[in-house]
Order: sequence, then C-alpha cells, then structure tokens
Amino acid sequence: MNNIPPAAILILGALLVPCFRSKFKNIFVVLLPLAAFGLILQLETGASWHFHFFGFNLTLLRVDKISKVFGYIFTLNAFAAFLYAFHLRDNTQHLAALVYVGSALGVVFSGDLVSLYLFWEAMAVSSTFLILARKTEKALAAGLRYILVHVFGGLCLLAGIVIYISQTGSVSFDAMAERNWGTGLILLGFLVNAAAPPLSAWLSDAYPESTVTGGVILSAYTTKTAVYTLVRGYQGWEALIFVGCLMTIYGIIYALLENDMRRILAYSIINQVGFMVAGVGIGTMMSLNGSIAHAFCHIIYKALLWMSAGAVLAMTGKSKCTDLGGLYKTMPWTMFFGVIGALSISSFPGTSGFTSKSLIIQGAIQQHLAWVWLLLEIASAGVFLHAGIKFPYFVFFAKDKGLRPGETNKSMLAAMGFLSFLCIFLGVYPKPLYQILPFEVTYQAYTFHHVVSQLQLLMFSALVFFLFLRLLKRTETISIDTDWFYRKGGQLFYRVMDRGLNGLNERAEQVFSVGLAGWLGRRSRDLPFRLAQVFLYPIWLALGLRGGELREESLALKQTLAKGASPVGIGAAVSTAFLLLFFILSGLI
Amino acid sequence: MKDSKEKMDFFDRAGNIRKLWISLYGVCGLLVSVDFFLPAEAHFGLDGFWGFYSLLGFVSCAVLILLSKVAGFFLKAPENYYE
Repeated sequence: MNNIPPAAILILGALLVPCFRSKFKNIFVVLLPLAAFGLILQLETGASWHFHFFGFNLTLLRVDKISKVFGYIFTLNAFAAFLYAFHLRDNTQHLAALVYVGSALGVVFSGDLVSLYLFWEAMAVSSTFLILARKTEKALAAGLRYILVHVFGGLCLLAGIVIYISQTGSVSFDAMAERNWGTGLILLGFLVNAAAPPLSAWLSDAYPESTVTGGVILSAYTTKTAVYTLVRGYQGWEALIFVGCLMTIYGIIYALLENDMRRILAYSIINQVGFMVAGVGIGTMMSLNGSIAHAFCHIIYKALLWMSAGAVLAMTGKSKCTDLGGLYKTMPWTMFFGVIGALSISSFPGTSGFTSKSLIIQGAIQQHLAWVWLLLEIASAGVFLHAGIKFPYFVFFAKDKGLRPGETNKSMLAAMGFLSFLCIFLGVYPKPLYQILPFEVTYQAYTFHHVVSQLQLLMFSALVFFLFLRLLKRTETISIDTDWFYRKGGQLFYRVMDRGLNGLNERAEQVFSVGLAGWLGRRSRDLPFRLAQVFLYPIWLALGLRGGELREESLALKQTLAKGASPVGIGAAVSTAFLLLFFILSGLI
Repeated sequence: MKDSKEKMDFFDRAGNIRKLWISLYGVCGLLVSVDFFLPAEAHFGLDGFWGFYSLLGFVSCAVLILLSKVAGFFLKAPENYYE
C-alpha cells in the first residue's frame, strides 16, 4: 500500500529511538524524515484511511497540493534539523521532536476536524518537552506557561469544533463558509498557534528558552501548521488581512526593542507569519500561493537563522546582544550562513524571500488594497532593519567583546550549508517551488523594476539602521509583552488568594480558636466559683455581711475553690443549692 | 579572551569603516538615480513618484525606530522584572 500517513513514519519511528545507540541513533533520526519525504513525493491525490469514531467518519489521510507542499517542507526541514542535532544523543529531545514533527504532518494530512484536533494537541504536548529539556529554571517556568496557553487555544478549538459539528453535522475540514460561534472559536484556536497578538506572547516567551536544537525545530511547525489551517479553512476572511498587517508591525517593534538574539528571531517569526496571514485574508489565488510559498521559504531561512543563533549559543553560552559581538573572527561560517538567512528573510533579490513574499504583495496590488500593500512594503523594509541587519550586526560584528569561541561542529555547519543552498536556489530558480503550489503561477518576480524598487527599499533601510545606530544601542532589559497579564496576573492572583484566604483563615483562628474558645475556657474555669457565688451571695446578705466583708468572703471562696479545698459543708450547700435550682426550674417548666 | 597582539581585522580599521560608509552612500545614491531612467510603474499613483521606494524605505524605518524608542519607555523593564 502506497498511501501511508506520513505522520506514522515519524511517530512510530520515535518509539524506536531508544533502541539505537551512539551515532546510529542520529543516523536513524536523520533518515526518518527523509523516508517521510520520499513517501509524500509519491502520495496520490485523494482521501484514504477512513475510520468510524463515535459515529463520525474520520479521514487520516487527505492528499492534495496544499497538504503535499507543507508535507515536503516539514520533512525537509526536519532532515536539516536532525542533521544539525547530529551530536545530540538525548532520547527525550529526539522523541519529542519526532512526535512533534509527526503530529504536524498529521495536522496537514488529516481530512477532518477531529483527527486534526488530536494531532494538534499532540503537537502542543510534545513541543513542550523541547523547552523543558533545557532544564533551567527559566525554561521550566516558560514551558509551563507555554503549555497552559496552548491548552487554552486547544480548548477554544475543541469548543469550536463541537459547535461546528452540532450545527453542520459534518466533521470534514474545508473552507469555512458560515461566520458564527463555531467557526469563530476554531479560528481563535488557530490564531493562538499562529501567534497573532494579543495571543502571541507564548512564542517569544518560550522559544528562546528552548534547547539549542529545540529552537530550530520549534521555529518551523506550530506557527506554520496554523498557517496551513488558515489557508485551508479561512481563505478570504477579511479580518485576517488586519490581523496579518498588525502582526508584521508588532513583530518589528518588539524585535527592535529586544536584546536576546533568539528573542529577536522569535519576534521576527510573528512578523513573517503576519505576511502569510495577510495573504490568507486577501484570499486570491495569487495571495494564497504567496502565503504557502512564503511559509515554505520562511521555514528554511528561519530554521537557518535559529541554527546560526543556536551555534553561537552553544559555543559561547551567551544569547544577549550586549554580551555578543565580533564573532565573525572565529565563527566565519556560522556568520556567513546567518547572513544568508538574514538576507533571505529580508527578501533580498537572489534569495528565497524575494520570490515568495512578492506573491503576497502582488496579491494585495491585484486587489487594489492600497493600505495593505503600503503596510506590507513598510513591514518589508522593517524586516531588513530588525532581522536582516540587527541580528547579524550585533551578534557577529558591532563591538568586539573579546569572545573567541571557535567554529561550531561540522554537522551543524552542514545543516546550515544545506539550508543556505535552498535559500539561494529558490531565490534564483523558484520554478520548482512555484510548480508545487496549489494554483498556477504566472507571476515573474525578476523584473528590472521590481528588483530595483526592492533594492531601494532595503538599502535605504540599511542606511537608516546605521544612521540611527545610537538609538538602536542594546540595553540589558526585557520587553513587556501580553504575557504580562498572566505572569503578573498569576502573581497577583496568588497574592490575593494568599492574603484573602490565609487572612480569612487567620481571622477565623483569632475569633474562634483564640477568642471564643479562650472565653469559654476562662468562663468554664471560673464557673464553679461564679455559681457558688450566685447561690451564696443571698445567704451572705442574710447573714448580715456587707461591703468589705462580702468581698473578703468572695475572695476566700475563690481561693478555696481554686485550691479544690472547699469544706464539705460548702460543697454540700452548693449541691443543695443546685438541687433546689433544678427543682424550681423543672417545676417552672 | 582577546589577545592584545592579535592582528587588526578588516572591521577593526577605522579607514575601512569609512570606506564602507562611502560605499553605502554610493549604493543608495546609485539606486535612487536609477529612477531617472526607469519608467514609472505605478499601481496606486503614489508609487509612481520619483524616488518613492527609497523614500519609503528611509521614512518607514526611521518611523519604526522612533516608534520602538517611544514604546521602549513603556515596555522595557529590568531583566529580573518577573522574578
């Protein structure tokens, strides 16, 4: 049988990882995505692997041009990422990465919402381990916040799916026609994973805390499966144009503020996914082709940038721009590949970003969306500023901090070399990419006017960067993002609960434990004396005692009772008085 | 750590930095001058003006930097802010 779900190869393969030792483990994990890539190449269009599940018809394998193009790049990138991690023998990371990539393939090849949801959640859980595996306190905390946000997103998605199924009676996942609670909640679930503000802070919070190789893998799948789901289900939803444009500018502003190199790259993911989301919102064949092509190229150059940053982190143990600089002297290849990634993300002519992003902008032009076009052009200039120049400049050039780490290992360089080749190859010869896109491409990226206008945009952006360099000087700070609400909110909740409930507890102890019980204790201790006093007082009065004599008699009684040395007579008198009172009361009742 | 006797690198020499600046200005000047010869290809009217993309690149990046600077007043916090 030729049509095997590609997810199966990686997920089942993951279970075998612990069986392999030393280099064989790495050879095995590098070969798995290649096998999946080979499988996807020969997958035939159509739906198969149907299952009945609680009365629903599930389709585990739906093959068309959209799912295949995502399948190709997911497996190609996984191959490069595992080559990059060739030195790594950590079962946890390899297992988590394989299940994560496998689940991402599960999402793009599933034909219904239920199996999509199951793979979606598997992605969230497995990816968390790539953050936790760094084993720092910060990584553990960030991993916890990461999974909580994704649980929220997953619940929105699940609620949406339940409403959608109950309204339409169908579980199939195709273009959403109706705009109601069901489709809205599903969209919200997708947008959490697409890192659309204000639901984006999980990305810039957690990815930079992941392991060196984990960051490379994380950068590709969660946001791009979300782009896939948007392309499939929400093409032409105008709101996404606004969301996408917002993401592009948002990513730039935050990336400019950031000091941590991997956090700069995290924010630039939000910026880049913004272009794709805007393309989905425009919803024409040109812009949808653009979104998919850009996702394809973005995965390559973004992984390349994360690899370059990861190599720096692995060799220096540092991640902050304020600690880095001058590394071109001892890490020239890492710098070289990083610069290729930086030029590609900036859509420099001759690189893959130029041949993919132009399709989205052309889509906006064709629809006469002047504001969208202008914002996307502004954001394109801004990309060069924050990722194209800022990242390589502060890490590899700028002020020499005296770090002399030496070049990174050969497998990491080989992976970076492979992705750099793809960046340039797709930049100068985009035909193979255009051919696998869902719609026919008639667009020509390399016109003299387009190349010149793009170069003008970018070179003047570069000029501004160096003219304004003093304003861009890095500071040892972090930037407050929307995670402030749940991080500070969480602390506030803890304090409110701490002060509220513990305060209530303390007050209750004061009132009941100390106050009431103490009062009762004191009253009980004095009770025999007070009762005796009540009954003896009239007798003392009858005996003619007054004033000081009464007080003396009372004091003597108290001392006698406290010592337990009351004469039998008094005891008998008190007992008699008790009995009398008892009879009187019972007579009254 | 950095060796004081280490040979001076390309970017360590002030003369080279100066040459890079001149090249950057030169490239920008050259690119903007191409607009004199290039027939305008306007999609929205605005983009047909001379030097449009150069100006757009310059102004938008300057505005983005200033915007981030202003945002920084409100959004930047010390590294131990959440601890």
